[in-house]
Amino acid sequence: MERVPILKIGDILLVSIQLDMSDQTAVQLQEDLAERIVDTGCHGVIIDITALDIVDSFVGRMLSTIASISKVLDAETVVVGMRPAVAITLVELGLSLNGIRTALNVERGMELIAAAHADELEFQLDDDPDETATT
Amino acid sequence: MTADIDLGQPQAQAVQSDEDVVRVRQLVRAVAVAVKLSLVDQTKVVTAASELARNTLVYGGGGSVEVATVDNGRRKGVRIVFSDSGPGIADLDLALTDGYTTGGGLGLGLSGSRRLVDEFDIETSTETGTRITVTKWSR
Repeated sequence: MERVPILKIGDILLVSIQLDMSDQTAVQLQEDLAERIVDTGCHGVIIDITALDIVDSFVGRMLSTIASISKVLDAETVVVGMRPAVAITLVELGLSLNGIRTALNVERGMELIAAAHADELEFQLDDDPDETATT
Repeated sequence: MTADIDLGQPQAQAVQSDEDVVRVRQLVRAVAVAVKLSLVDQTKVVTAASELARNTLVYGGGGSVEVATVDNGRRKGVRIVFSDSGPGIADLDLALTDGYTTGGGLGLGLSGSRRLVDEFDIETSTETGTRITVTKWSR
């Protein structure tokens, strides 16, 4: 079985899916990512699907599941690079990709994660003013 | 569609594993490109094929897929037949409802793929299994 590589860039894990994944490869990626998030403490995951010429319900569900898993592990997931034909097909298929943030490219995805993380830090600081003083 | 003429030999692909579902996608794409479907239509028919081939594997217990080109004189298209000798579909109307699933999936495979193709035909019986035929025509 082939495996999708996961790259760490600063506080972000970058996954660029470059192969036509079998269902098993997709499930493996889900598990590998969860492990890497915990190992690295990264706060962002970018999944680049520029090279994917289809996203069917299985891969769509995998993307939703990854987003939910990373959320629980304190990381934000952004899916980037969806082709127009893939977007049209997904909508017609009836897949809503619940809970998934999307961006047009990796650069915008990184901005989105940085912004989301900054918001979260601010929220935590607001929440506990005593801690603000000490940190 | 009795006037269809095959442009080439139909291509067969067994569906017994995850990797075979990938092969079905690649085969359908090659034929869709050969009959000059638009990029969006290629994407739709390959996605539908992926859903239905997975159904053949998961619900039908494996089977086979046949991909052929069709021509009705005005337009060309790709026709795909998914066959399995599994348990059949007990309630077809229910199975074609968005969100209904017996397999823990999203319940979009059958209903969703029907929306992605131009023609969609199911024969199913508890004795002989299920046979789904879909066609996508060029515009």
